[in-house]
Amino acid sequence: MTEGRKRNLVRRAGMMRALRGFFEERDFLEVETPVLVPTPGLEVHLKAVGADGGYLITSPEYQMKRLLVGGLERIYQVCKCFRAGEEGRHHSSEFTMLEWYRAGAELDEIVADTEALVAHVATAAHGRPVVHVAGRAFDVTPPWPRMTVAQAMAQFAGIELKAGEPAATLAARVRAAGVDLGTATAWDDVFFTAWVERVDPALAALPHPIIVEAWPVELAALARRIPGAPHLAERFEAYIGGLELCNAFGELTDPVEQRARFELDLAQRRARGFAEYPIDEAFLAALAEGMPAASGIALGVDRLAMLLCDSEMPGVLTFSANEL
Amino acid sequence: MYDTSDIRKGLKVLMDGNPYTVVEFQFVKPGKGAAFTRTKFKNLLTGAVVERNIRSGEKLEPANVEQRTMQYLYRQDDELTLMDETNFEQINVAIELVGDAHDLLKDNMPCDVLFFNSRPVSVELPTFVQLEVTASEPGARGDTSGNVLKPATLETGAVVGVPLFISVGDLLRIDTRTHEYVERLKQAGK
Repeated sequence: MTEGRKRNLVRRAGMMRALRGFFEERDFLEVETPVLVPTPGLEVHLKAVGADGGYLITSPEYQMKRLLVGGLERIYQVCKCFRAGEEGRHHSSEFTMLEWYRAGAELDEIVADTEALVAHVATAAHGRPVVHVAGRAFDVTPPWPRMTVAQAMAQFAGIELKAGEPAATLAARVRAAGVDLGTATAWDDVFFTAWVERVDPALAALPHPIIVEAWPVELAALARRIPGAPHLAERFEAYIGGLELCNAFGELTDPVEQRARFELDLAQRRARGFAEYPIDEAFLAALAEGMPAASGIALGVDRLAMLLCDSEMPGVLTFSANEL
Repeated sequence: MYDTSDIRKGLKVLMDGNPYTVVEFQFVKPGKGAAFTRTKFKNLLTGAVVERNIRSGEKLEPANVEQRTMQYLYRQDDELTLMDETNFEQINVAIELVGDAHDLLKDNMPCDVLFFNSRPVSVELPTFVQLEVTASEPGARGDTSGNVLKPATLETGAVVGVPLFISVGDLLRIDTRTHEYVERLKQAGK
């Protein structure tokens, strides 16, 4: 093992201590939900790993929300999640997820948690709230600047997003902005081609962290609609130096709309020839029982370690896939 | 056809009628979207590098390219003759295919010849070649600080900058990408 790798693993262990301390101080209960489940996340582009007639979790979200229904109010979990076919400088098929949920909280409280958590672990590691990406230093002192998805698309790609428009008209404006769409025709493929081509590099070039919020409802599997702007969902992501750190939702608690979204996802999967997974009826039954208003987040622990170690993904894992 | 899972360094693909090779690639996946492979391609004809984001599910067309190691035999005017050592087949190519490195070509040197649709499109010298110095003025004594270089003519006629201690007859290692002196391999007369 190289000295750099050893240093990263030591730093990562220190980060985990600081992280648990952060949630202890805020009176969160640490939970451990099953990793082997009857059905994984249904989002169109998730590929699950099958195991013993079920699946390894792509995220513990369904089970953690059932704990909220059961009356727990502030919970967090650190666990392994699995997404097939995701290997790269920022990805690993087996990765460590941190999720936390607050019953009765607005999404802004999760934004504040996220900013405070990153500043806390950075200070524990370096003595001050600074992280690094590819040698560039980022001050992570809260609060971080924020922009909406529509602002990011307009400012960085010159593309206007219009509420509820069909894929073809968005595709025409994306092409007019000079983005090569290749064979992309589905709304989400058109959107993300423009995003990856234009917005991602611009977010990577920003000299500060950024919260990107108010996502189109098409891209918000388990998030509730924003009151007064129903084509948008309560969802945010944080980016630092181009590294996407987390994904958070003001949680959808309506079992009828949740079922409709699952069925839409499954229809999309069928249309594209992707694997279909069963709908999690136990989760929908829990929503029907009555889930409290809540907000929650999934944050990549390996990505957080990357920020503290100024390393790419393989360098913060004990063993990357090609070392096994 | 290739898909994104086939993308690796050195993969040869056809885009807009031109052959490209993959020089770098990175898996990217936005939170809820499809995966992309951010890929840098080098045009095998012009050397120009382009970047494209290939969405998972898109297809890439293989390029009909073949690389063969051939021995450089001789030059006549602006034409080079090379031979395949396995079957003794000889081909003639325009000297432009070698690019800037043509003055470092030496008889019997093994070169990588790239064929696109069975037509030779580029000739690449080994990265490092060994060449003898045929002419160079002695270096001025006392002026040995730093990286002071003097010109030296090599056996192929190329002129490169060398350190002051190099003299006629020395065997040098030269980087064909930059025409830079790397090191002295053998001193004249030894």
